[in-house]
Amino acid sequence: MVQAFSYEFVLTGHDDDQPAEDGALDALVPRFSLVPGGRPRAIRRTWLDTFDWRLHRAGLTLEHTTGAGPGELTLTGPDGERLVARPGRLTWPALAGSLPDGPLRARLRPLIGVRALMPVARGGSAVRDLRVLNADDKTVAWLALDRLSVTYPATADLPSRLTVTAVRGYQPQAERVAQVLGGTPGVEPQGPPPLDAALAAAGRRAGDYSSQINVCLTPAMPASAAVTAVLLDLLSTLEANVPGTIRAIDTEFLHDLRVSVRRTRSVLKLVGHVLPAEFAQKFRPEFKWLGDLTTPTRDLDVYLLKYPDMAAGLVAATPEELHPLHAHLIRSRAAERRRLVRGLRSARFTRLTREWRAALESLQAATQGPAAVPGSAVSGGPDAADLAAASIRRAHRRVLRQGRAITANSPPERLHDLRKRCKELRYLLESFASLHDPATHRRAVKELKGLQDCLGEFQDGQVQQHEIRMFAAHMMSDRNVPATALLAMGELAAQVGLQQVQARSQFAGRFGEFASLATQQRFRTLTAGAAS
Amino acid sequence: MKIFATYNIKGGVGKTSSAVNLSHLAARDGLRVLLWDLDPQAAASYVFRIRPRVKGGGKALIKGSRDIDDAIKGTDFEQLDLLPADFTYRNLDLMLDATKNPTRRLARLLEPLAAEYDVIFLDCPPSISLLSESVLHAADTLLVPLIPTTLSVRTLDQLTEFIAGFDGHRPDVLAFFSMLDRRKRLHMEIAQQLPAERPDVAKTVIPALSLIERMAVERAPVTAFAPRSRAALCYGALWDEVRARFL
Repeated sequence: MVQAFSYEFVLTGHDDDQPAEDGALDALVPRFSLVPGGRPRAIRRTWLDTFDWRLHRAGLTLEHTTGAGPGELTLTGPDGERLVARPGRLTWPALAGSLPDGPLRARLRPLIGVRALMPVARGGSAVRDLRVLNADDKTVAWLALDRLSVTYPATADLPSRLTVTAVRGYQPQAERVAQVLGGTPGVEPQGPPPLDAALAAAGRRAGDYSSQINVCLTPAMPASAAVTAVLLDLLSTLEANVPGTIRAIDTEFLHDLRVSVRRTRSVLKLVGHVLPAEFAQKFRPEFKWLGDLTTPTRDLDVYLLKYPDMAAGLVAATPEELHPLHAHLIRSRAAERRRLVRGLRSARFTRLTREWRAALESLQAATQGPAAVPGSAVSGGPDAADLAAASIRRAHRRVLRQGRAITANSPPERLHDLRKRCKELRYLLESFASLHDPATHRRAVKELKGLQDCLGEFQDGQVQQHEIRMFAAHMMSDRNVPATALLAMGELAAQVGLQQVQARSQFAGRFGEFASLATQQRFRTLTAGAAS
Repeated sequence: MKIFATYNIKGGVGKTSSAVNLSHLAARDGLRVLLWDLDPQAAASYVFRIRPRVKGGGKALIKGSRDIDDAIKGTDFEQLDLLPADFTYRNLDLMLDATKNPTRRLARLLEPLAAEYDVIFLDCPPSISLLSESVLHAADTLLVPLIPTTLSVRTLDQLTEFIAGFDGHRPDVLAFFSMLDRRKRLHMEIAQQLPAERPDVAKTVIPALSLIERMAVERAPVTAFAPRSRAALCYGALWDEVRARFL
């Protein structure tokens, strides 16, 4: 692969009377022969990423340019990685499956998974191309003068950019052009990438959303201030995912929204006692309502995401025989989504988020006031480190106690209860992560996750078997369902049952690892200093 | 990757004009194209305004001491690169003779370019030599420009007989009439008769046109500086025929 040598400059200008572009070109004219390289081009530019910035986190930039010719998708990365695809007509947001088949899609698919690519910035470029000629009037380099205006997420004119690209085999000549430009006042080498500049114009930065809890707690801060900060962060995550859930951009908006609701409920349940008593009384039932509102659509999303693998795994039946189930899932999801969207647009939801934010912010103002020092009248109670240690220790003990009580004959409900305790422990670990040593925290979460995965598979199997029977009953009431579809669903239920048995057989081993002395020691380190 | 070679024992029959214009048309079609100017007279390099010089000369390329990739130059046309001529190419026969397997050497040198180019054109000097034999072994298709005369047709027969004697890989051959003079009755007769009788002779005929000679003045393919001219249309028709048969 031959690397294209190019040099980028930002034209900041130095003279009010002379546009920055003219200054740069005037500096070249005495030494190089410049001629126009075609008509000026107007290019529409859209930068894309997933809502949670998966490409940015992988060091990649994806840009869709459209102009006079066919549109191009260009993926660039560190070390000169560059992949180009011509997507034809494509509207955003789009899932990986909508991209044209080829190396670019193959590179993106594992990174973005089920997330949609959506515009993170938009703009328009007016590009003027110039050719740099040698004594034989041969083009040795191209100059592209790019005036970029951003239209989204805010409107702004960015400084012009000048790119020098060497024609293959003429790198020294292009380098000389770049040297002259580099010594010209008002011409700055490099500058932030256009996407960063576009986002900065809107006061944003790449990577400014993550579904993780992102708070910076200090051990000595009042516990109520720490819990308030965590709950405010969770509320921001919840609110950030509402528009994407309503528009059904991808399934992960609803997933992240649900996780933030579940985390909020767990935090209120496990450490909510450090907040004023009316908080839990008033808001816990409301968050339960919100959680319940989102469950049916998410369950159907999970089914539909797993459907291709489930259909492909059939042995006796054919995937085609399962089509009526797929149609039923699609219909049911559409109906449940309508209910979900109504709920998210309801006065009850608006009131919940508004009042929850107001309550948290007023508490935050009180705990951050001048009297809010540990042990003061306003903060009262324990500090953040004590609360984190005590609550994690309690939750950890509960997991160990319930886990040890599970035998080969325990009913599925016991495993389900243990799964819920594990989730509570996990949410506490995540909420107070900033108080812990990162390496110890990572190991503890990893070990807990191993147990959670096993319990999750078991519980999913339990729920899915029940739901397959329920779907079958609903489909039977339609009367038009073919017998082959019901037989295929029977095979599906058997497969799910088998997976559940496998997960059950792995439980003892997984729990044994989690209950090992080494893991217990790790949790003791995390909860050191807590009162028993 | 497809390798085409414009080849004829005789000089001045339109090899370089064909190589230059066909490679330009292939690049315009979106193919990634390399043209290797193997002729020390460097006419193709001149048309593309590229100086006929390769660091280390032909010897470095043939020996492999210089990476062929480093010698390639971009032309002024998108997707079209050129490996320039060098005056030392006049001794390519001797250089090839010094290698282990001279007739397969060119094919070996071009192998690594398969990932980078869809099509390679070899513009060969007029001769029968070790170099031309190496070209015949490397090429998938020989494009043979012929002046419509009886002797030219005889040359084509000699060439096809020579190739038939190869072991293993034998290139396809497509001859086409070039420099057709409409005032000459014999030219017209042969150019009409032969394509109908022989499948290895293209239907398209390239007339003798002053615009084609102007390429050396304009220093660009006629398909670029006069894309609607008769000359450009004839090369366009020839490219269509080549593409339909071999790509």
